Amino acid sequence: MIEIEGLTLTRGTLRVLDDVTLTLPAGGVTAIIGPNGAGKSTLLNCLAGLITPDAGTVRIDDADIHRLREPERALRLSLLPQGQTVVPRLSVRELVSFGRWPHHRGRPGPEDRALVEAALARFALIPLAERLVEELSGGQRQRVLVAMAFAQATPWMLLDEPLAALDPRHARDIMERLHEVAASGRSVLLVVHDLAIAARYAQSCICMKNGRILAAGPWEQTVTSDLLSTLYDTPLRLADVEGQRIILAG
Amino acid sequence: MAGNRLIALALGLLALCALLLLWQLRAPYGFILELRGVKLAALVMVGAATGAATIVFQTLVGNRLLTPGIVGFDALYLFLQALLVFTLGASVLASIPAGLSFLAETAVMMGAAMLLFGLFLRKGSDDLIKLVLTAVILGVLLRGLESLVLRLLDPSEFAVVQQAGVASFGAVEAVQLLPAGLALSLALAASLWLAPALDLAALGRTAARSLGLRHDRLVMQGLALVAVLVSVSTALVGPVTFLGLLAASLARALIPSARHSVLIPASALMGAAILVLGQFVFERLLGQQAALSVVIEFVGGLVFLALVLRRRTA
Repeated sequence: MIEIEGLTLTRGTLRVLDDVTLTLPAGGVTAIIGPNGAGKSTLLNCLAGLITPDAGTVRIDDADIHRLREPERALRLSLLPQGQTVVPRLSVRELVSFGRWPHHRGRPGPEDRALVEAALARFALIPLAERLVEELSGGQRQRVLVAMAFAQATPWMLLDEPLAALDPRHARDIMERLHEVAASGRSVLLVVHDLAIAARYAQSCICMKNGRILAAGPWEQTVTSDLLSTLYDTPLRLADVEGQRIILAG
Repeated sequence: MAGNRLIALALGLLALCALLLLWQLRAPYGFILELRGVKLAALVMVGAATGAATIVFQTLVGNRLLTPGIVGFDALYLFLQALLVFTLGASVLASIPAGLSFLAETAVMMGAAMLLFGLFLRKGSDDLIKLVLTAVILGVLLRGLESLVLRLLDPSEFAVVQQAGVASFGAVEAVQLLPAGLALSLALAASLWLAPALDLAALGRTAARSLGLRHDRLVMQGLALVAVLVSVSTALVGPVTFLGLLAASLARALIPSARHSVLIPASALMGAAILVLGQFVFERLLGQQAALSVVIEFVGGLVFLALVLRRRTA
């Protein structure tokens, strides 16, 4: 469980996070949604301990995340940041194996190698394992980065816009795999702009606007057409088509 | 493949060393071998140190166009030379034992570098470009001060400082080799120890920290090693600004790997090979004594421009 209390962060005169208080139960896929500049990525980075807030605390399983050092934090949660740098000449296997760093600190053992292979298999990357990451398509590359976060084997996976610039097929492919990961007992928390994807795959959601939490909880009980319209300042309608949640504009 | 190429590079360097040592060797063998051996050791040490330092530095600052040489080490060295000649005079300076002046110059350069790094990295390593830019500006300031001091010198002392501005491998004395070799060997070994962490740092600060790397600590450790490697090699022979860029670029082109455990030795071997080959061609084949560092600066500068232009068109 992640408990966030009174999280506040100011940049200049702007309150990027404004007294955010929230409890995230473990398990399932949780989507953080909201317009650009709502503070979604900042919240994720604060949860990962990479940004120190002006006030407030983040506790993960009773440990204050900002009091832990990077190596201890990396054993509790993994973070896939936005716009990840692609290092030239790095193979898919090498990049995924970086996910094991918090466990082996640069000297991998047989267990680490086995878990890297398991991550490659889970994300269907075995055929691409020896390819260079820079040669892959955007969708494949994103899958590799998610596999790296998966290989970290942390109870929580935090992903900042893992579907950015992906076509619907690749976006769905990644979400299907994350859904499987969550079903196996991990907690997945991701920032996502595609509401249709969020509606389909997320069990819970956090709706953010202007650095505040507008609503949070299980998707079915929390998200309404009115809430989405208020969140994005544009008319949006939640509908059910053949048992699947979809979002309609207007 | 990377391992094989690394071995080939090492063998190539060994062959070049043998060539430089043994080409047209005549009696008295012992005396000539000793002279050539000292020069060869200096070439290998400086090349290896500069090549390795450049790879570490480029990874830490996240930019393959940068080389430790452009952030002010050279300018500080030249300013020190000018200041020493101005305050002590060229004749007194020449009477100071080579080992002592080498140790003092190394200590001053390392101290200045660590002071700068410490001041900028107190609150974390999230703005390394600001550190680099400040170092470049300080370099410009030091060059300005150096030219001011130069104007105050008489012509003969002016010539001494001018001489110090061009890297010279022939002026290295045997007494300098042991402390330089020891410091460089330790720093190179420490760089290799940091190699796995540098692999992670290449992903960028945020990603590396989220994977559990203590990035701020790594940056301090890495920059300290760069300071040792560059200070020692500059104090030994003088400034060779673009050698590191040349060595790192050629090593990356030759060795298809992102691993620092491969790239650091590859760049070190390449740096040494460039100097030994260059010295052999200029000294043994063309009969030139002082052209090597000038040519390296020229070619390194061209490589720098090529890298910039390639980035702009990519």
